[in-house]
Amino acid sequence: MNIIVCIKQVPATNDVKINKDTNTLVRDEAQSVINPFDTYAVEEGVRLKEATGGKVTVISMGIPKVADILKECIAVGADEGILLSDRAFAGADTLATSAALAAGINKIGQYDIIICGKQAIDGDTGQVGPGLAERLGIPHITCIRKIEEIKEGYIRAQRMTDFGYEVIECSLPAVITVVKEINEPRLPSIKGMMKAKKAVIPVWTADDIGADKDKIGLRGSPTKVIKTFTPEININTEIIDGTPEEQAHKLVEKLLQLQIKVPV
Amino acid sequence: MDYFLTEEQQMIKELAARIADEKVAPVARELDEKEEFPYEIMKILAESDLFGVYIPEEYGGLGGGITEQCLVIEELSRACSGVAVSYAASGLGCTPILLFGTEEQKQKYVPDIAAGKKLAAFALTEANAGSDASGIQTMAVKDGDYYILNGTKQWITNGGEADVYVVLAVTNRSKGNRGFSAFIVEKDTPGLSFGKKEKKLGIRASATREVIFTDCRIPKENILAKEGMGFIVAMKNFDRTRPGIGAQAVGIAQGALDYAASYAHQRYQFGQPISSFQAIQHMLADMATQTEAARALVYATARMIDAGAKDFSKESSMAKVFASDVAMKVTTDAVQILGGYGYMRDYPVEKMMRDAKITQIYEGTNQIQRNIIALELIKQYAGKK
Ligand SMILES: Cc1cc2nc3c(=O)[nH]c(=O)nc-3n(C[C@H](O)[C@H](O)[C@H](O)COP(=O)(O)OP(=O)(O)OC[C@H]3O[C@@H](n4cnc5c(N)ncnc54)[C@H](O)[C@@H]3O)c2cc1C
Ligand SMILES: Cc1cc2nc3c(=O)[nH]c(=O)nc-3n(C[C@H](O)[C@H](O)[C@H](O)COP(=O)(O)OP(=O)(O)OC[C@H]3O[C@@H](n4cnc5c(N)ncnc54)[C@H](O)[C@@H]3O)c2cc1C
Repeated sequence: MNIIVCIKQVPATNDVKINKDTNTLVRDEAQSVINPFDTYAVEEGVRLKEATGGKVTVISMGIPKVADILKECIAVGADEGILLSDRAFAGADTLATSAALAAGINKIGQYDIIICGKQAIDGDTGQVGPGLAERLGIPHITCIRKIEEIKEGYIRAQRMTDFGYEVIECSLPAVITVVKEINEPRLPSIKGMMKAKKAVIPVWTADDIGADKDKIGLRGSPTKVIKTFTPEININTEIIDGTPEEQAHKLVEKLLQLQIKVPV
Repeated sequence: MDYFLTEEQQMIKELAARIADEKVAPVARELDEKEEFPYEIMKILAESDLFGVYIPEEYGGLGGGITEQCLVIEELSRACSGVAVSYAASGLGCTPILLFGTEEQKQKYVPDIAAGKKLAAFALTEANAGSDASGIQTMAVKDGDYYILNGTKQWITNGGEADVYVVLAVTNRSKGNRGFSAFIVEKDTPGLSFGKKEKKLGIRASATREVIFTDCRIPKENILAKEGMGFIVAMKNFDRTRPGIGAQAVGIAQGALDYAASYAHQRYQFGQPISSFQAIQHMLADMATQTEAARALVYATARMIDAGAKDFSKESSMAKVFASDVAMKVTTDAVQILGGYGYMRDYPVEKMMRDAKITQIYEGTNQIQRNIIALELIKQYAGKK
């Protein structure tokens, strides 16, 4: 099985610096680590390889330093890493990120499954996985907590929801995103670390992957982050008392008063 | 201190340290309380390739030596010496096969030990044969293509957990020390059984059991070296593994020093941190100096052996005796620095003090080590060497 895992580097601390002009993250200064959710994606990829054979390729779009993080993935069992790095990729939103990743993955060529983390702990949108599937024209399942069965052209997996889980069947190739319940990532092995040390991470530019310059980076990003802040929440709580019937009555009255439409 | 480790040694040390900090330290207290064998951690060590650091590449190892083995033992021991000895005892069981095994024996047993799929153990001690190994009673009687073993080994580290045992037995009582032989015994051999797990002062995560042979038939090709070589197998094995006990002791001492030094900084009495008192400062200074000196001696000995030295009994004994005495002293002082807190099980130093004691006892007591050192000195100064 040819497995591709997408990983993102994120700041190690909560001390995130934002570039005032572009409102994007200042990536060079912060200590960077692999997005925690992506460690589960890498582990799941390696486990799939161990169970079915094949190869795990880890890909990331980011600054040159991300090569070190890709090497760490090799130390825990991935076969190779590919870095998409180019000034032209900078300032990407989720649309532009998935466009660049899709172009990179098309250059890799053959694959059975693409694994992403559920979300990145900085951008937090959880949109890159599904966006990538869309751009590649393949199905996706998000928030997988267990792969029940996987074989040539077929996957059945448990998708975590707020209330339990759903069992979803899907054809392959597909994109899946994984939650932390799926596995416990291993530590590196010495043989893996030595392989990682020797590994050369190819760096692909926008030209290398034939990306449309209008679809990637800041230029390809319709989203402009104007301001980032924690919204203030002012909630006036009012406890309605009485019998359940009285409470329901009072509640509907209140809602009507507030001119909130209630379907009758 | 910078010991100028190679890049690979540095890698091994860092990975072992990471496992110690992330996987061992959080469960060390619980393993000690429950006297539970650390299966989960053994699996992690196996997956990380650390069981093979001292094993040649042709048998599935990483091709390092005693230095690499010591680095792993030291780091694990910093977090839990019971875990460290379970790892180290597999080496104690594997080393005689590497030293004296035939090509077939090595191919058959070593790769699985290197991969951590199988643990090994070394069984010499008996109820009446401790320091005096020549007192062993376990008999091996030749019977056609087999040897039949009868007898009981006691206090065998990894007993019951290991799959491969190297066992010392008498093949010819009349020949004294030349009448012993070493055998490889697999766990599932009929006639091999195990006693109950011993309740110990320290290293309580490790399993120590009797290994009992009752008409246990072993194929004759499982003899190591030749008949009569058993005593030499045991002594050569210990010469190479004693630095590992030294490393275990250094790890315990380092763990205790780390804890005591940071505690002294945070504990206030008389309106100031206790680390501002000279009495505490000097204790910490001595602890640090002694620990570093022990480490330097252990590493120097390990490197001497790895470089191919022929005769290193004395140095190997020095490394073990010095480091283990340091561990006992440093852990006792760490408890002192923590005062009453140090005496409580809620803090890790009392465990370290309990764990340190064993390093002065097993693989030859420190009295026996001093005997070895003195004997070498006498040979040397009597002009025999
Ligand atoms: C504070 C802040 C707010 C933001 N808000 C928005 C916003 O509202 N809308 C918007 O479009 N963008 C936003 N961005 C930009 C966004 O972070 C980037 O577009 C980012 O490249 C992808 O989005 P994400 O971090 O949300 O990733 P997610 O979609 O949460 O990531 C999911 C998974 O996709 C994969 N993945 C993500 N990025 C990469 C990568 N570079 N290389 C390889 N795999 C990857 C990983 O497997 C990851 O686990 C914001 C960024 C910040 C710092
Ligand atoms: C936790 C634990 C794990 C062990 N694991 C193993 C194992 O895996 N395999 C194995 O084979 N054995 C193992 N042993 C046994 C260990 O090696 C012996 O306990 C040790 O060699 C000492 O033997 P003894 O206990 O019989 O003490 P004794 O030999 O009875 O010694 C008692 C005291 O007399 C002193 N003494 C004895 N002879 C002399 C002398 N000639 N000069 C000066 N002083 C002397 C000793 O130093 C000691 O202080 C283990 C023991 C323990 C406690």
